[in-house]
Amino acid sequence: MIRFILRRVTLIVPTFIAITFLSFLLIRLVPGDPIEVRAGEHGIDPARLAELRHEYGLDQPLWRQFVTYEGQIARGDLGVSVVTHASVWDEFTTLFPATVELSVCALLFAVIVGVPLGVIAAVKRGSALDYGLMGISVTGASMPIFWWGLIMILIFSVALGWTPVSGRMSDMFFVEPWSGFMLIDAWFSDDQGAVRSAFSHLILPTIVLGTIPLATIARMTRSSMLEVLSEDYIRTARAKGLTSGRVVVIHALRNALIPVVTVLGLQVGSLLGGAILTETIFAWPGVGRWLIESIQRRDYPVLQGGTLLIATLVILINLGVDVTYGFLNPRIRR
Amino acid sequence: MSGVDTAIIEPPAPAPMPSSLRAFWRSFAENRGAVVGVCVMGVLILVAILADIVAPLSPIEQFREHFLTPPMWQSGGIGEFPLGTDDVGRDMLSRLLYGARLSILIGLVVVVLALTTGTVLGLTAAFAGGVADIAIMRFVDILLVFPSLLLAIVIVAILGPGLFNAMIAVSIVTLPGYTRLVRASALSELAKDYVTATRCAGAGTLRLMFDTVLPNCLAPLIVQASLGFSTAILDAAALGFLGLGAQPPTPEWGTMLAGALQYYQRAWWVLTFPGISILLTVLAFNLFGDGLRDALDPKLKR
Repeated sequence: MIRFILRRVTLIVPTFIAITFLSFLLIRLVPGDPIEVRAGEHGIDPARLAELRHEYGLDQPLWRQFVTYEGQIARGDLGVSVVTHASVWDEFTTLFPATVELSVCALLFAVIVGVPLGVIAAVKRGSALDYGLMGISVTGASMPIFWWGLIMILIFSVALGWTPVSGRMSDMFFVEPWSGFMLIDAWFSDDQGAVRSAFSHLILPTIVLGTIPLATIARMTRSSMLEVLSEDYIRTARAKGLTSGRVVVIHALRNALIPVVTVLGLQVGSLLGGAILTETIFAWPGVGRWLIESIQRRDYPVLQGGTLLIATLVILINLGVDVTYGFLNPRIRR
Repeated sequence: MSGVDTAIIEPPAPAPMPSSLRAFWRSFAENRGAVVGVCVMGVLILVAILADIVAPLSPIEQFREHFLTPPMWQSGGIGEFPLGTDDVGRDMLSRLLYGARLSILIGLVVVVLALTTGTVLGLTAAFAGGVADIAIMRFVDILLVFPSLLLAIVIVAILGPGLFNAMIAVSIVTLPGYTRLVRASALSELAKDYVTATRCAGAGTLRLMFDTVLPNCLAPLIVQASLGFSTAILDAAALGFLGLGAQPPTPEWGTMLAGALQYYQRAWWVLTFPGISILLTVLAFNLFGDGLRDALDPKLKR
């Protein structure tokens, strides 16, 4: 097992270096010299430009710049935002909990709704209910979520006035941001109104971001359940005289969920992609909106550092899924 | 279409031979959703081709005295603009119809770009093996580490916003799927006797790649391509929505939604119709792709 983990970890090292190389290239490929961008619209005299280029190491050969960049990353230095002059790392860690909160809620929503729907469709295979559920699910999987979010706002915020349009918390409340997760912070602030406000701000983005994972989970659960339900041990369980509810939930579902859980772990990347759109629509102050704004402001160090951090995160999560799966299923450790 | 074994992970199972187009259609038509998908696709493609004829008005002409006219069935609507007008007085219906042309074009360009590049890369990896194989597959793995929308955004940031650059970005993002698929199917074909026989008969590598092996890898590729169409349309619309894809006044559906952001709370029609168009198109291609997979993959056959 330890050898398996070690091999997986060594495998990601070249991937990581390649990703840092890509993010290193990014800032050199985008239109505009980083120094000229920093100089702004007022321009800069040639002597000062050369001086600055030397200061930032831009007159060095590319490979040496790359080595320097690797060194900076190793020290956790991802540069500073051109706009706010704050360190990219600090901005990321401030905003990231909001993205995690939204993503976790969306995933929970998708699992809590998607798994039962998939089970029902599998058990009632071929019925009108099955067709209906799978029809809804393929529609959900085809959903342009940026439009879906706007429609939800139009219905639930504008027409019905049930939920707020954007943000994480109403201005009326202030909670001490010690965990960064608004729902938890509000909970510990003992302010009922704050909890309610945090929850009502969260609900629409959660549904919107959870829609595609929900559809995927429902479809996967259904097909996985169908496979398991035709196994011999299910027939045995039924033959023993167990109630069909017990057979479905205890015997079948537990086995059917294994592939679903694996795929779920690998969906993190697409969830983060969806978070970019969801956060933009709901003005949710997370890393997705931060990245989009960085492009609009031509704040390339932010784009570079943020992309690198997100890719690193995806690698680590995939590694975690791999290792967990190795624990659960000894056959793949080889 | 010859009987192709689409098993990628598992060792090849003896596949039943779907002998003709007729047999294929029979198993395809069993899936009612797929048939609906094909019909919608047909209509869309017709609209795309005939946009100049079916669209009542120009998609970019601004009718200055008709800002935000509601659809004709609502009070204030007029028959000249059946689905209303947008904030600068352009006819929604005409813009939507021309948008269909753009979406089909986007899907086509993206799939063709990604499919050809992915096929060449995948076949090269499978045939060359060794360092080339490792290099290609590592490159593909690295692309997969980035969330696809984020990667597309970064590529557009480098190339500059615009419809064509958005299409290139989406092609690059969808490249890994095709490459892996082609490599895996080619590897499983390479182990078969007919390939050895062709090789012994003196066929060159290129002939082996494209003439002998590739046709037998087509079934999963066709499925992937049809599903890739919907991904392409969805991602390009998302880029358009973020202001990184097609630029105004191009009547691209995602770009239209971005333009509607300022005033959609007052005018539901500028928001609803482009979104429904995207949803229906993506849904049609997804249903079609699912149907194709069921029909072409003997393992899933009832």
